[in-house]
Amino acid sequence: MEESTRKIAFVCSKGDLDMAYPALVMGWAALGNGIDVTMFFTFWGMDMIRKTRQDHLQIAPVGNTSMKLSMMGIKTDNAGIPNLLGVLPGMTAVATKLMKDKMHSIGVPPVSEYLSMLVDGGAHLYACKMSVDMMGLKKEDFVEGVIDIVTAGDFMDMTEGAQIIFI
Amino acid sequence: MQTLTKNTIGGKEIMLNGEGFLVHAEDWDKQLAIGIAVAEGIADLTDDHWKVINFCRQTAQNSKSPTLRQITTGTGISTKTMFALFPKGPAKKVARIAGLGKPEGCV
Repeated sequence: MEESTRKIAFVCSKGDLDMAYPALVMGWAALGNGIDVTMFFTFWGMDMIRKTRQDHLQIAPVGNTSMKLSMMGIKTDNAGIPNLLGVLPGMTAVATKLMKDKMHSIGVPPVSEYLSMLVDGGAHLYACKMSVDMMGLKKEDFVEGVIDIVTAGDFMDMTEGAQIIFI
Repeated sequence: MQTLTKNTIGGKEIMLNGEGFLVHAEDWDKQLAIGIAVAEGIADLTDDHWKVINFCRQTAQNSKSPTLRQITTGTGISTKTMFALFPKGPAKKVARIAGLGKPEGCV
């Protein structure tokens, strides 16, 4: 007697480094629980599956109220990174390096490796047709494991009965 | 409070917690592992299965089984193979078979 398999689908719409991880972490956890995982990449979220982009995602300190100076090793409690400082050339690169180093130090793999783990674990990856058309991309621009370029309607069809998480 | 259940596997009476993990580590032996594997849907434990089970038992900390990534990096067995050996949740499945506690950690 086979129980029906729980299904989860993630809509990944963001291409910032910090917004790439939620779907990767939760998707991996879902696979680890025997849950069927589908991931739909749209708009900037497609950066997660673009060969030339996926390991170059960044996090910007400008306008990021959660990012504090203390994260840069400067003991200032809740003081934020002044936006005026954040606009300086190189600040985004610094913040990105900081986050990547932190992730590495706790054993979290980079986006490309994480995503290929998900593919190996059986996750189904799709790119959004409208975003692909808008950005002039082709299937060859995407990493291995991306099954197809599909419409929002196709996505709805293939996720019938699934829990959908929008990121 | 988790409910514990008494189970008879391979003629041996054991206690499992609500998620199917062995309560008394000392109850474990290879024969029991084979019995639990059958209950988990794995009819035959091959050498590869045992390689993973043994690795988990050797590296378990506070009787908690390693995570899937720890298993793949530690044994050299790929993620794909792990999902083929222990379908639908490899790390948890191998933890149950190896008589260990639930793996902790997000990767």
